[in-house]
Amino acid sequence: MRSEALAFERPHTDPLSHLDWLESEAIHILREIAGECESPALLFSGGKDSAVVLRLAEKAFRPGRLPFPLLHVDTGHNFPEVIAYRDRRVAELGERLVVAAVEDSIARGTVVVRSETDSRNAAQAVTLLEAVSEHGFDALIGGARRDEEKARAKERIVSFRDAFGQWDPKAQRPELWSLYNTELKRGEHLRAFPISNWTEADVWAYIARENIPLPDIYYAHERDVIRRGPLLQPVTPLTPARANDKVERLTVRFRTVGDITCTCPVESTAATPLEVLAETHQATLSERGATRMDDRTSEASMERRKREGYF
Amino acid sequence: MALGDHSAREAVTGAERDGGVLRFVTAGSVDDGKSTLIGRLLFDSKALLRDQAEAIARSRHARADEGELDLALAVDGLEAEREQGITIDVAYRYFATPRRTFIIADAPGHEQYTRNMVTGASTADLVVVLVDAYRARSGQLLAQTRRHAAIAALMGLDIVVAVNKIDLVDFSETVFAAISASVDRLARALGVTARIVPIAAKAGDNVVDRSTRMPWWTGPTLLELLETTPLRAAKAGAALRFPVQRVVRAGGSTREAYRGYAGRVESGLVAVGDEIEVASSGARAIVAGISTFDGPRTHAGAGRSITVTLDREIDISRGDVLGPPGIRDATAVRLIADVCWLSDAPWAKGRRYILKQGTAKTGAVVTDILFRRDPAADLQEVASPGALAMNDLARVRLTVQKPILADAYEDLPATGGAILIDPYTHQTAAALFLRSAEQDESASEWSI
Repeated sequence: MRSEALAFERPHTDPLSHLDWLESEAIHILREIAGECESPALLFSGGKDSAVVLRLAEKAFRPGRLPFPLLHVDTGHNFPEVIAYRDRRVAELGERLVVAAVEDSIARGTVVVRSETDSRNAAQAVTLLEAVSEHGFDALIGGARRDEEKARAKERIVSFRDAFGQWDPKAQRPELWSLYNTELKRGEHLRAFPISNWTEADVWAYIARENIPLPDIYYAHERDVIRRGPLLQPVTPLTPARANDKVERLTVRFRTVGDITCTCPVESTAATPLEVLAETHQATLSERGATRMDDRTSEASMERRKREGYF
Repeated sequence: MALGDHSAREAVTGAERDGGVLRFVTAGSVDDGKSTLIGRLLFDSKALLRDQAEAIARSRHARADEGELDLALAVDGLEAEREQGITIDVAYRYFATPRRTFIIADAPGHEQYTRNMVTGASTADLVVVLVDAYRARSGQLLAQTRRHAAIAALMGLDIVVAVNKIDLVDFSETVFAAISASVDRLARALGVTARIVPIAAKAGDNVVDRSTRMPWWTGPTLLELLETTPLRAAKAGAALRFPVQRVVRAGGSTREAYRGYAGRVESGLVAVGDEIEVASSGARAIVAGISTFDGPRTHAGAGRSITVTLDREIDISRGDVLGPPGIRDATAVRLIADVCWLSDAPWAKGRRYILKQGTAKTGAVVTDILFRRDPAADLQEVASPGALAMNDLARVRLTVQKPILADAYEDLPATGGAILIDPYTHQTAAALFLRSAEQDESASEWSI
């Protein structure tokens, strides 16, 4: 074995490209959570960021099985392509998927909705916390990024939630080096964000480099939409056209995928990850600004939702 | 200059860009224009997009004169921060140029300044210290500037001093020269070197684009300095430190059963064929393979996450560190360290804290405070009152339950840095910068 090894010249440096660096940091974080937490879960919605985290989990733990189940908080307001993709990926990887449904919280009476078509984005937090206590999860791993939104820019990589699942942004544990403080008391849990340091462009560059499959709606397709201010609202069973709406058929793609009632596509002809990446470099609107109706309501909407336990 | 225009393919292949990732922390007093500088870097590199700029313009809390963007609002993330016009917590910002990717830790300048700066600086290669040219026009540096430079020196960061608001002193070369001389004196007193650049962040002079209003300045712009600083992790010749995160088993008890040790190379380089030693036991083995999801490697340097297999079975578990032969001699139970107290609960004498170094956790007691350091007076030693409160810097002696690596922070920051966690509140109580093993056997009677 040794003689074989000596056949090559031992190098002295091994510089990492910026994507290598981000990938390696994320793998390190995933392995730390697996090493320190009793019962983590990885949030997998079928969205592009969670698809990247899932690939990073494969990189961290193969050839073994993932040391945690996948968890999807199902709002019931889904794009069918995304649910089909979710189930396909889970089957391909042979991993376990736990689905926590907002519908079940409504049936239990812990979530009350005014109408069938209200956004269930805020309700997700309740269902998520119910899943945490039902399954005894002590860490939830997710694909949130600090560049998405200014409240998320203040988020730790490993972030503490109290027994009520609440985030206190003004009393966060200082986080130094790669030394994550994972100490918990019963009932408390952690949120871990392995791609905290990635930008939207990094995510697309990585999807291109790794050939990570995504739901088709992330790429250009034709769709009926209605212009509402600067946003394009898709026409769906939950968001039908109203009497005076002008429905247009445009070539669009989704930059983010969430609750169908508040996620909007952008006009685009990008059909591949590299084309999306090229558009990302030319974009003049931020990812959430261009696509999310719920983040536009006030300067602090994301911060308020996060405090309540939202991811 | 259009920084956002690098081609998509390059970003994927890393062909042109890849000076890797430079992490830096910004330090400045209130009103030195720190948030404005960050806003300027993001705006000029197109990391700040139109809707974010518009959100700033229609904000209830805008401070700038009408018609002018208040770039600072782009970076204040929390409601309380926008209301009070201050920054409370460390925030992280991202931008990229064709040459490099950058992560900024934006550490607030006033309350809890030491704690926040130490936190932001722990992952940084470099610090940008802002000086207000108008307030320092006599050449006298503010106490806060001395403090920031001192902490940077303590933590071994590269220092860049950005002399901001140079427009308010009419782009005066004389004022800049006076400030520059004071910075040199301060750097000498701290035993470090500092580079310096005159800027006007609000208008953008010498931040990304070269100023036409300071023809006397022939040095680099701030961005050029950031693009050309060597990365800390790339330091060649550092000793191998491979903290084991997980033991990976596959194939059950078959003859081909796979047993690997997953972790990230924190410093140095490991190659197939190298002899390694386990720090806790002194057991040795030869590296038989380095595997990743993407296939085997012949070697892996600092920053790579890998799985190592060895030529024989030795006892290794999470928390162990693999290093070069002799690494066991670098471990100790009694150590000397500089500490920065982080928690609002002061140090409790005699309390056993949880110490975390790499992937290892053990009990630790701070047995003695040797002296405190005054960060406003070039880290001068001052007598210890026997207490440690938030933001205090001190040299201490500690005793740990299980031996840890006595790696000097200045040489091996990834293992020379450690944290103390309060076992009752679970707060992160302190940052430790290890300096050496305690040589004096009679120094302390403590045993735990």
